[in-house]
Order: sequence, then structure tokens, then C-alpha cells
Amino acid sequence: MLETPVILVVSFAYLGLLFAIAYWGDKRAAAGRSIIARPSIYALSLAVYATSWTFYGSVGRAASTGVGFLPIYLGPTLMFALGWLVLRKIIRISKENRITSIADFVASRYGKSTLLGGLVAVIAVVGIVPYISLQLKVISNTFSILREYPEIVSPSELGSPSLFADTGLYVALVLAAFTIAFGTRKLDATERHEGMVAAIAFESVVKLVAFVCVGLFVTFGVFGGFGDLFGRAAALPQADELFTLGGPDTGYMNFMWLTVLSMLAIVLLPRQFQVAVVENVDERHVSKAIWLFPLYLLAINVFVLPIALGGLVSFQGAGVDADTFVLALPMAEGQQGLALFAYLGGLSAATGMLIVETIALSTMVSNNLVMPALLRAKASRVTERRDLRRLILGIRRAAIVVVLLLGYAYFRAAGEATALVSIGLVSFAAVAQFAPAVLGGIFWKGGSKSGALVGLSAGFLLWAYTMLLPSFARSGWLPESFLEDGPLGVEALRPEQLFGLAGLDGVSHAMFWSMLVNVGCYVGVSLFSRRSAAEHGQAALFVDVFRQPGEGSRFWRGTASVADLELLLARFLGPRRASEALAEFARGRGLVWSEAAEADAEVVHHVERLLAGSIGAASARVMVASVVQEEPLGIEEVMDILDETSEVIAYSRELERKSQDLEAATAELRAANRRLKEVDRLKDDFVSTVTHELRTPLTSMRAFSEILLDNPELETSERERFLRIVIEEIERLTRLINQVLDLSKIESGRADWQIAEVDLREVIEDCAAATAQLFADCEAELDVWLPETAPPVAADRDRVKQVMLNLLSNAAKFCAPGRGRVAVELRVDGGALRVDVRDNGPGIRPQDQQAIFEKFRQGGDGLTERPQGTGLGLPISHQIVTHLGGELWVESAPGSGATFSFTLPLAGSPVGTTEGKG
Amino acid sequence: MNHGRKGERLVALAFLGFLLFDYPLLSLFSTEGTVAGVPVLYAYLFTSWGVLIALMALVVRKSE
Amino acid sequence: MASKVLIVDDEPNIVTSLEFLMRQRGYETRVARDGDEALAAVESFRPDLVLLDVMLPGRDGFEVCQKLRAEGWADLKIVMLTAKGRDIEIEKGLALGADAYVTKPFSTGELVARVSELLEGEA
Repeated sequence: MLETPVILVVSFAYLGLLFAIAYWGDKRAAAGRSIIARPSIYALSLAVYATSWTFYGSVGRAASTGVGFLPIYLGPTLMFALGWLVLRKIIRISKENRITSIADFVASRYGKSTLLGGLVAVIAVVGIVPYISLQLKVISNTFSILREYPEIVSPSELGSPSLFADTGLYVALVLAAFTIAFGTRKLDATERHEGMVAAIAFESVVKLVAFVCVGLFVTFGVFGGFGDLFGRAAALPQADELFTLGGPDTGYMNFMWLTVLSMLAIVLLPRQFQVAVVENVDERHVSKAIWLFPLYLLAINVFVLPIALGGLVSFQGAGVDADTFVLALPMAEGQQGLALFAYLGGLSAATGMLIVETIALSTMVSNNLVMPALLRAKASRVTERRDLRRLILGIRRAAIVVVLLLGYAYFRAAGEATALVSIGLVSFAAVAQFAPAVLGGIFWKGGSKSGALVGLSAGFLLWAYTMLLPSFARSGWLPESFLEDGPLGVEALRPEQLFGLAGLDGVSHAMFWSMLVNVGCYVGVSLFSRRSAAEHGQAALFVDVFRQPGEGSRFWRGTASVADLELLLARFLGPRRASEALAEFARGRGLVWSEAAEADAEVVHHVERLLAGSIGAASARVMVASVVQEEPLGIEEVMDILDETSEVIAYSRELERKSQDLEAATAELRAANRRLKEVDRLKDDFVSTVTHELRTPLTSMRAFSEILLDNPELETSERERFLRIVIEEIERLTRLINQVLDLSKIESGRADWQIAEVDLREVIEDCAAATAQLFADCEAELDVWLPETAPPVAADRDRVKQVMLNLLSNAAKFCAPGRGRVAVELRVDGGALRVDVRDNGPGIRPQDQQAIFEKFRQGGDGLTERPQGTGLGLPISHQIVTHLGGELWVESAPGSGATFSFTLPLAGSPVGTTEGKG
Repeated sequence: MNHGRKGERLVALAFLGFLLFDYPLLSLFSTEGTVAGVPVLYAYLFTSWGVLIALMALVVRKSE
Repeated sequence: MASKVLIVDDEPNIVTSLEFLMRQRGYETRVARDGDEALAAVESFRPDLVLLDVMLPGRDGFEVCQKLRAEGWADLKIVMLTAKGRDIEIEKGLALGADAYVTKPFSTGELVARVSELLEGEA
């Protein structure tokens, strides 16, 4: 199965599949039905982080250092925990400013500096080319190894294939074609490459599944599970080093520096910036990726150690390179299909990285190196060409081919000298140099262009000296003595023990020195340098991106004509898209477009942003400057704008606070209004009810008076009966008026209270006597239970009597007709006397038990169902008892009578001293 | 959704992770012996890594 | 045949006066004390006119009036009596199909005139 033609066909079929997926993805995007606009695809595309270095190299490193490979994946996990803070901010800034690469990001942050952008691009290319070469090398090696089946050879035994027989070259060319096809179809780099992202996400799935399959096979197929595998590995001579940390290459310092390094790399690697920031469809996808992407890394790493240890056990002394275990183990077991799948997994890991990295680098090269150079070189007359689209696309495409071929050339030149991991780390350390400028730039407004420039340069030089040159020396490009004795024999300058700093491994050593000078220079120079107006403006835009989005135009003043701007735009976007873009912008602001119009700052800024998407921020600045008359803003003016901004922010916070206060006040007012309305309604009800209560007796009085007047011939007995009714109604009316007055007197606090010691026994007896006739009329029985003695209460005797009479007459009125029983009981209850009046009437429904103490509310259906009485007795009693410091309440279950109880505090008790005043 | 709290919680988790994955905590587990057949150090690193990711997922989900 | 008048009110004294006034005019009377009783009495007594108080226990006068009209007692004269004299209530009563609306306290003369007008104007 593993014959050369088969492997070749499978390889190219796989690449063909990638083309198909990318083509499909682009088609769907064009139709407006994006397949990548979902957080899981976003997380999968981020997994382009796992290259062939992960696929093969992790196992290689694990075979010599145990968990030493792990920090490379723990770091990104930690950085994604910070992702909400860091990544989301970078995405927002990049979208606001149409930033298309990490070089553009840095250039834009520090006043759209062409120089800085170029520097970042150079560092990126220099740092990444070896990494690209690594991927090509892996593809080439694994292809060759697979071909040798059933023999298992080490990469070092392979020797270099002739140039034209090398798969690496052909893969490089195919990938260049892929990248050109799906990476540079359109000019505007901010228009994302959906097809490419879809292909990358697919590759992430392939490599994960392939690796896990090999892992499962090794763990459970070759060995008898984890226990067996680790048990047999424990017998290896180097087992101690593998199972613990602390060896020479696995110190804690190394572990920590690798964690930091990979934390930075996950954001700053050009390909990661490309997929995480530029290709990001929706900022909210970050949320899910925060945990999903680390989970992917965890999944792909679970079997690294088992495969590494399994390989060590199986190939003990056989001289198989640990970097190839993933492939060699299935081959050694005769699993040809699995070996081929593993090879495909490695291929997918490598090609994914190659595609994205070359797109990212080509954008940087064209926008930050070539374009600025062309703009500067007057001889090229580039600013006068009418249509620049073809030129720029040509530059991009050339850059892609050049980058890939550079990588290939490096691979041919460097040969087999270095292991996979060390090349990867060299690249990581290179991009880590961007960290101070990028991270400082988004959180610290004080970072300046000079600071970034000096810091970056110094860090880069130290990186080259402490990492790149040693790797050259190992490849034999520099004499060994360069490492051993230092350049020209100066020991203090030995690149791996700079100034005699020993005891650190290579990565920790290089990271320490390069970060020290990089951060030191960035901060130091920033603090002591003057910043231009443009820098101040951009710094504020970046750092405050969440506070005041999209206000770049504030830092620009000048005039330009719309026609000139449209012409400029047309040269990069084509005339149709240019006029469309401008018209759309005008519509968005509710303007009618007119070519003769003067363009204001916002229009100019918009055009600059559009251009930035195509040629980078710094070049866009230059192009726009060529067609507008600028009035440069002085530093004081920018500072004024910024001050004003911070004032505006403070003011808006104040406003927000005030509006919250206002809202609270409004709510209070509304509640008060509701209460007032309720009171009003109650008053209305009260008036209406009083009116009714007055009219009813008046009606009888008037009717009978008129009857008596109109019928002088009425019989005496009838005449008497009618007159008696008139008198009865007059009494009722008088009673009503008295009670209304009484109630209003108590309620308004104008009642006259004669507080003295009152013996409740006496009061109850008096009242029982007074109502004896009433009870007799109702044929009801009244039982009075009084204690021998009772302590006096402090109260108004007449008022208490009023309450007692009211309760008794109510009880008489409501008790069961004919067989009524009413019981009155007096007893001491805590610091008070308590009186219960119990009847055996129909009881009071729970929902009415509160209402009966309200004015004119009697038991039953509210106002319409009214037994005799004014409906004021209980409310008055309630007011009286409350005023005297006691309580009045009712307990009742419908059907089994009601018990009205009230308490009055004993004389001398604290509550009882409520001094009623006039 | 409370962005402020979500951010703070995630930053706290990042610090927790840094603590878990570095000296000196790491050295406590850099010993011989196995947990269910898996070397202690491996078991510790992968378990704490998994727990950290689970916590991150929890924080993200809770604030949505 | 004497016209029949149904008196619906829960105030005994007012009922007494209304009964006296109606009988004096020679009408046959019947008394109901609440809404349900009134509806039943209309069925059994089949009055020509109802003197209907608005404030009744249970079903109030408005409801009774509405129900009577809904049940098809179109020829039945309805005079609403109320102690609540607000215009809105008068409107409501007339809208629900009452023929007249009298506010308490009423003039006996006017009430009687009104009733006989309604009964004899048709008879």
C-alpha cells in the first residue's frame, strides 16, 4: 500500500480536497451564506497553531524531556484566559482601523509609522522563514520515510534528494498556488478569506483525528493501556528524567519561560494574528474560543507522552529518530493504513501553517515593505498610476512565492542540523519581540514610536545574537568556537552565556536578555521621548477603543475635494467599488453625494481606512496626504482634543449617574403618584359612599313627609308609623354625621383624649348592660368572662367604651339569628389586657378581614351588600385602639363565627404612656 | 451580561493557571510514583489543565 | 286590570314608602330585596314596571337591568332609583336600557307622575 505512487496520489488528492473546500467556502461566502461564521469554526481555525512541530516535534521533545513539551500548549491556555482582555481588544482595534497584519498593527499604533511597520515585517520574515522551512522539511522527510516501508529509516540517513525529486519543492509550489488562489483573490485584505479559513478548520480536524488514532493504537493496540505502557516505560534507563522535572533541559526556569513564550506566540505569530484577528468574523466568537481552543490543545496532547514512551520502549536502541515516532510506530507494527493516515495528519498540520503564514507574511511584505518603498521612490511614479490594483496583487503573489521559496531554500541549506523543536522555538522567540510594542501599545498610552523602535531593534538584535547565531553555529555555518569561546575569543560575549550568565538553558537565556533590553528600551525611551501629534492620537484610539469607538477623524484637519479622493480610491479598488463605497458612506451619514463637494475630516478618514485595508495604514496615510491639503495638528491641539475627550468621558459618566438618579426619582414620583391616585380614589369612594349614606335616610324622610302632607286623611296609627320612621331615619342620619365627624377628628389628630387609669372589667360590664336589650331583641345570649381582678390600663374611658359597644353591637347584629351566642372574655396577655368578643355568626371571608377595618367596608361584596350600620364603627374602633397603643384584629373562618380581639397596654408599661394630646 | 466581572474572573483563572503550572507548586508533583498507572507529574498536569479549561468554560457560559 | 309594579330595594323604609305610593295609585305591587330575587320576581309576577334600586346586595341594579333587557323583556318599563347622583351613572343606566332614572331623595309627586306616565302613556 505504501508505494510511492500511492503516497503521491493520496498527498495530492488531499491537497485537491483542500482546494475544493476552500472553493466551496468562498462560493458560500459570496452567496452570503458563510460556513465559517460560527464560534466552533473560529476555534478550529485557531488550531493552525498546532503545526507539524506539534504533530511530530512534541513527541520528539517528550521522548527526551518528558513533560517538557507541555508549556507550549499551557501558555496559550493561559493567554486565552486573558483573551477576553487582550485578544478581544486587539480584534476591536483592528476592525476599527482596518488593520491587516501584526506589522500594520504596530505601525498604526505608533503614529502610522512606515519605519516601524517595515521593521516588524523584517523581523517576522527573518523569524518565520526557518519555521516555514521546518514544515517543508517535515513534509519532505515523512514522505521519504514512508516510501522506505517496511524499513524504518532516520531522517539523517535519508540524505538530500535531488532538487527536482524533492516533494518539499512540489508541495511548496502547490501551496503557493493554493495561497495565491484563495489568499489574494481580492485586494482588500480586510475582506476575509473564508474559503481559506474553512480549509484550515478542516485541516485542524484531520490532524487531531489522525494523532488521536495513532495515540489510541499505540496505547491500546501496541500496549495494554496506559498502566502497561507507563509501567514498561518505567524500566527505561532514562525513566527518572522523563517522569520528573528538574533535569538540565527541563528546569523549572525553562518550563516557565516556555510558558511565557507560547503565551506571547499565540497572539503575535503572524498566522495566529491572521486567523484570530484578521479572519475573525464576529468578536463574540472569542467567548467560546476561550475554552474550546485550549480544549483542542488538550485533546491533541493527551497522547504525546504515550506515543513518545511507546516509541522509546519499542525502538530501544534501534536508532529511530523520536521526531518520527508518530509515523514509525504504525509502520513498525505493519499498520500501513494508519501510517498513511498519520502522514496525512502531519501533512495537514504542515500545510495549514504554511498557507496561513504565507498569507500573513505576504500581506506584511507588500504593505509594509514594498509599498512604502515604491511610494518613496519617486522614480517609480507609482503615485501617478491610474490603476494600482494589479500592481498590488502582483506584489502579494510574488511575495507568497518568494516566502515559500525562501523557506525551501533555508531547508535545503540548513539540512538536518537542528531538531524540529529548536527551530520552532527560535521563531517563537522572534515574534515574542513584538510583545512590548503590541501589549504595551494597547494598555499604555505613554508608549512612543521611538520607544517601540529602539525596544524592537534591541530585542531583535539580542534574539539574533543569542538564538539565531547559535543555531547557525550548530548548522556549521559559523565556527563552533563562536559558541565555545565567544566572538574573537571574548568570553563575556559568548552568545549562550552572555556576560557570563550561565546556568540557564538556551531559550531561557535568550528570552531573558532579549526581553530585558526590549522592555527596558521600550519603557525607558518612551518615558524620555517626545511624541508627535499623530502618536498621541493613535495611542488614544488604541487604548480607549472600548470607550469611544470610531473617532479617528478627530485628529485630522484639512481640506480635500471629494472628486480627488474618489479618484485615489478608484486606483486601488477600481472605479465602481470606489464610488459605491463612498456613496454607501454618504448614505450612512444621511448625505447626498456631490463630486464637487469639499470632503470633511470624516470622509478623508474613511477613505484612509478603506485604503489601509488594501495597502496598510502607513502607506494609506502617505497616499491620502498626496491628494489633500493638510493643516498639521499641533501637539497642543491633540492634547486639547484628548483633554476634551476625557472631559467628555467624565461628563458622560456624570450624566449617566444623573440619569440614574433621575430614573430613581421618576420611579419614586411614579410610586407617589400611584399612592396619591389611590388616596384620591379612596377619597372619591368615600365621598360617593357618604353621599349614598346621606341620601338613603333623606329619601325615606322626604317620601314619608310628602306622603303625610299629601294625605291628611291617613289613619292615626298609620300616620304614627310613618312619623316614627321619619324620626328613626333622622336618628340614623345624626348618628352617621356624628361618626363621620368623629372619625375625621381622630384621623386628623384633633380628638380630645382623656387618658386615665381605666378598669376594663367595669367598662365591659357597663357595655354588656347597655346592650342587654339589643341582645334580647336578637334573641342572642351574651356570656361575659371576667377575671377576679384586672390591672388597670391607661386609656380614654369613653373611647374604650365606644369600641366595646361597637364590637358588641356588631356581634349582636351578625350572630346566628335565633340561636346567637356571643362570648366576651378579658385576660392579661403580656404587658397588655386583651379582650375577645366571639360570635357564632357566618364569619368573615379571609379576603375581607382586612377590608372591614376600612371606611364603609362591611363584610360581603364590598359596597353593594350592606347590612345595617354605617360601616364606620370598626374603622373608628381601629383608630381608637391604635391611638391608645393597642391592636385590634379579627380571626375568623367562614361558617364558624368571628372573634374580634383588641389589646390595651397596662398602665405604667412603656407603650401605655402614649400621652394623648389635644 | 456583565463584561467587567467576566473579564476579572478569567484573569483570575489565568493567574491560577500560572500558579498551577510553575514552580513551586509543580515541584510538589515532580516525584516518582503513579496514580492509576500514570506517573504523578503527568496526571497532575493534565488534570489541572482540564479543570482549568472547565472553569474557563463555566465562567464564559455563566456570563452569557 | 291594574298595572303591576315590582319594587326592588334593600332599604325597608324606602320600600314601605314606595309600596304606599304605588298602592295609592291602584297598582298591584310586589317587593324584591336583591338582584336575584328581582329577576325571579319578574319571571313569576310579570310586572309592567320595575322600580329598581342601583345599590343592591349581590347583583346590582345595572346588572339586573341589563339582564332583563337581554332576556327579552322589551316591553317592561324600568325606572332606576339611585342615591348616587353622578351623571355618569344616569348615562350608564339609560344606556343599559332603563326607561327613566330617578335620583334619591325623590319627590313623591314626580315619581308617581313618572310611573303613571310610563304605564298609562302606553296603556
